[in-house]
Amino acid sequence: MARATRRPLRLAANLGGLVVFLLCAFPVYWMVNSSLLPRNRIRNPEPSWVPLGGTFDNYRRVFDTGRFFDAMQMSLMVTLLTVLVVLVFAFLAAVAVSRFRFRGRTSFVVTLLVIQMIPVEGLFISQYKMLEGLALLNTVLGLTIVYVASVLPFTIWTLRGFVAGVPYELEEAAMMDGCTRVQAFRRVTFPLLAPGLVATGVFGFIQAWNEFTLAVVVMTREESKTLPLWLSIFTDVNRGTDWGAIMAGSTLIAIPVVLFFLLVQGRMVAGLTAGAVKG
Amino acid sequence: MSHHAVPAPRPRRRSALPYGLLVPALVALAVALAYPLGRQVVLSFQEFGLAQQFGQPPAWVGLENYRALVTDGYLWTVVARSLAFCLANAALTMALGIGLALLMRHMAKPIRLLVQTGLLLAWAMPVVASLTVWQWLFDTQYGVVNWLLVRLGGDYQGHSWLLEPLSFFLVATIVVVWMSVPFVAFTVYAALMQVSDDLVESAEIDGANARQRLHHVVLPSVRPVLLIVGLLQVIWDLRVFTQIYVLQQAGGTTRDTNLLGTYIYRLGIGGGDFGTASAVALFMLALTVLITAPYVRAMLRQENG
Repeated sequence: MARATRRPLRLAANLGGLVVFLLCAFPVYWMVNSSLLPRNRIRNPEPSWVPLGGTFDNYRRVFDTGRFFDAMQMSLMVTLLTVLVVLVFAFLAAVAVSRFRFRGRTSFVVTLLVIQMIPVEGLFISQYKMLEGLALLNTVLGLTIVYVASVLPFTIWTLRGFVAGVPYELEEAAMMDGCTRVQAFRRVTFPLLAPGLVATGVFGFIQAWNEFTLAVVVMTREESKTLPLWLSIFTDVNRGTDWGAIMAGSTLIAIPVVLFFLLVQGRMVAGLTAGAVKG
Repeated sequence: MSHHAVPAPRPRRRSALPYGLLVPALVALAVALAYPLGRQVVLSFQEFGLAQQFGQPPAWVGLENYRALVTDGYLWTVVARSLAFCLANAALTMALGIGLALLMRHMAKPIRLLVQTGLLLAWAMPVVASLTVWQWLFDTQYGVVNWLLVRLGGDYQGHSWLLEPLSFFLVATIVVVWMSVPFVAFTVYAALMQVSDDLVESAEIDGANARQRLHHVVLPSVRPVLLIVGLLQVIWDLRVFTQIYVLQQAGGTTRDTNLLGTYIYRLGIGGGDFGTASAVALFMLALTVLITAPYVRAMLRQENG
C-alpha cells in the first residue's frame, strides 16, 4: 500500500516519526551514555548529554564487585540448556503436526494456543512447590525445566509454520528419485529448515536470557541468581544508588540480546505469520 | 494473516510415528505445566501455611481459602486495579501502535527507516535493562525527567515518582507501553502493506473519502491481525509482574501497588501461605480465560473458516 500522499500529511507524518524515534531511542542512548560517565557527572543536577571524556570505570566496577560473572555463567547454562532441549522437542513436534494427519492433531494445536495464554503468574506457586519437593530450587536443572515448558509452545507454534513452508512435493520428488522418507527429509527438507531453526533458537535464547519472573521464584539464593536478578539486586541498593554501574550492567546485558534480536526479527515475523496460517 | 495456501498435510496410513514425535514435548508440558496446575487446584483447597512448611501435613479446608478471599476487600481492590491497569495499558498500546503503523505509510523513506530502527531498539531491550533506565530517567535527584519538568516551569525539584501509587502506575505504564508499542506497530504495519492497492483505489473511485476508506476498507482487512495482537496485549498486561515487582523493590509501597501477579508472589513465596496464594492464582487463571474466551473463539473460527 504505497500510495501518493498529500504534502501536509506527509510533513506531519515525518515530524511525528522524528518524535517517535527520539522517544524510542533516547532511553537506550541514555543507558549507554550514563554507563560511560564518571560519578561526579552522573550525580550532577545538570545532565551530561554526551559522554565526552567518559571512562570505563563503571564497567570495571561491575566486573570487580557484584557477582557479574557468576550470574552470567548461571544465565548461560540455563539458557543454552533450555534452547537445546526446546529445539529438539519442538522440532519433532512441529514435524508431527505439519507433516502428518492424525487423531488429536487439531486438539494439540489448540492446546498450544491455549497454553500460551496461561500466565506463569497463575502457576508459579505450585511450580515452586514441585521444584522444592524435588530439591531442584536454586539449580540449573530446576529453572531449565520450567523454562522449557514456557518456551516450548511458542517454539512449536513457529516451527510449525517453517516446516509447513517447505513444500512436501520436494520430499515426494526426492522419494521418487529413490530416497527413503528419512533420507528425503534429511537431505531436502532439513537444509531448507535450518534458517528457521536458527531463528527460533535465537528467539528462545532471548526469551530465556531475559526471563525474570520464574527466575525470582526459583532462584532464591544469592549464589544462584541469573543476570536479570543480579541487575535488579544491584538496583536495590538504595543508599545513593550507583547509577553508573547499573547502567553499565544494563548495557552489558542488553548488547547480546539487541544484536541477536536484530538478527532474527524479520525471520521471526515471517515465521509467525506462516505459523498462523491455517494448517 | 496472509492467505497464501499452505499445502495440507497428506493423509497417510495410520501410524504411531506422529505420536512418537509428540512424546518429548507432551512429557515436558505435562511435567512442568499440567502437573503443577493439578497440584495447584489441590493446594487451593488446603490449609498450607508455615506449619506445613515445617512438616505438618496439610489439612483439607474445602472452600475456606476461596471464602476468605472473596470476603476480603483487598482481593477485590487488587483485581480492580489489575483490570484497570491491563485495560488502560492495552488500549494505550494498541492506539499508539495502530496510529504509528498508519502514520508510517505516509513517512518519507529515510524517516520511516529511522522510526523502524528506534522501534527495534526499544523492542529488543531486555525488560530489566529498560526498567533500570526508566528508573534512572525518573530518578528523584538526578533524573532527566525531573530536570526537564523543572525547566518547563513545573515544581518537580526532587519529586519522587514511585511514592504515590498513581504516579507509580504512571511510570509503570510508560515502561510497559514503551516496550509493547513496537510489536504492535510492526505487526500492524506489515498487515497494512498486504492490503491491496486495487481495493483501496476502487473504494476511492466509488467515492469513499479517506476516513471512509480507512474504516470500511483498510481496517476491516487487517482485522484478524488486530484481533490477535489485541488479545496478546490484554494477556500480557493482565499478567504483568516484572515491571511492578522491580518498581516496588525500588521504592513503591507494596500494599498500595500490588497487582495480581505480585500479590500472589507476596502471599505465597513471600508470606508462605501457599493455600491462599494458589486460590488467588486459580482465580487469576479463570479471569484470564473469561476475558480471552471471546477472542479465542473468534480466532478459532478463523482457523477453521
